[in-house]
Amino acid sequence: MEKKIPVWVTYILIAASIACMAFGICRGEVGTVLSKAVNICMECIGLG
Amino acid sequence: MAEKKGALRKIIQAGWGILTNAYVKGFLPGGPPIYKGKLKQICVPGMNCYSCPGALGACPIGSMQALFDGRQRRFAFYVTGYLAFIGLIAGRFICGWLCLFGLIQELLYKIPTPKLKIPKKIDRPLRYLKYLCLFVMVFALPFFWRSAYGTGDPFFCKYICPVGTLEGGIPLVLLNDAMRGTLGWLFKWKFFLLVICILASVFIYRPFCKYVCPLGAFYGLFQKVSLVKMYVDEHACVSCGLCAKTCKMNVDPKKTPNSSECIRCRECVNACPKQALSMGVREKHTLS
Repeated sequence: MEKKIPVWVTYILIAASIACMAFGICRGEVGTVLSKAVNICMECIGLG
Repeated sequence: MAEKKGALRKIIQAGWGILTNAYVKGFLPGGPPIYKGKLKQICVPGMNCYSCPGALGACPIGSMQALFDGRQRRFAFYVTGYLAFIGLIAGRFICGWLCLFGLIQELLYKIPTPKLKIPKKIDRPLRYLKYLCLFVMVFALPFFWRSAYGTGDPFFCKYICPVGTLEGGIPLVLLNDAMRGTLGWLFKWKFFLLVICILASVFIYRPFCKYVCPLGAFYGLFQKVSLVKMYVDEHACVSCGLCAKTCKMNVDPKKTPNSSECIRCRECVNACPKQALSMGVREKHTLS
């Protein structure tokens, strides 16, 4: 049998993940992701 | 009936793969090599290289490392929060339903050859390899290691990821003469890993997902607390063992329905003759 985990734990973690995402967006991480994604990633394709 | 449901999953996997790689211009000779629009600020939930000529979204694992390996050494709150949110809602559901590389491995496994059964003694420790990839190659090394110039490296993408080679490297090299002239040892190394991965996929079900994928490892961390879970109706179950036999990820759904290895493909649910297995949203307070 698997251990029972109260569902409120999940809700708290979901709220924390949303807060984490929002914090990242507020400090401009989306721009960093975009600038990386719109240029060919030389390391990813094995040329960098 | 079970076969029909299996086919539906394949259609969804393929449809998602096409939808997220729908930048046709990137595949045309002489066209722009990759999509450069604003959609790329959003990560796709599965493994999908953002240097694939057709990719419309960003790769979550690549993006995470890009944020870690910047000169300022910052934690990747946006991508980590985004992936944790998905994991908390559905666990590894993405692996089973919305990952193009997962589909490619599944199709390779369909090639009719004798299949390899990895003994438990080897299989179990190998499963931890993906956590090593996640914590060392995606988190620790890009975050802490710095070159003499103060720059970091996306270690997983650079030295391991076969997805980048298959979806990005090979098409770009084939479509661009200039790139063909710059191939060095790194491309050969990554190409070698890709060949190993492809060959292994013919004999072993989803070897990359089982042993290497850091994204699957990350989602797996949330499997036991996610909102969508697997359930076993103990009264209906006749312990025939068909679910465990059906599971190609080698999970025993009766014993551990929410194992971190389960990709929630529902093949066990479809196979159960007594409908004792189900997948659904958790009840209000507690559930196993």
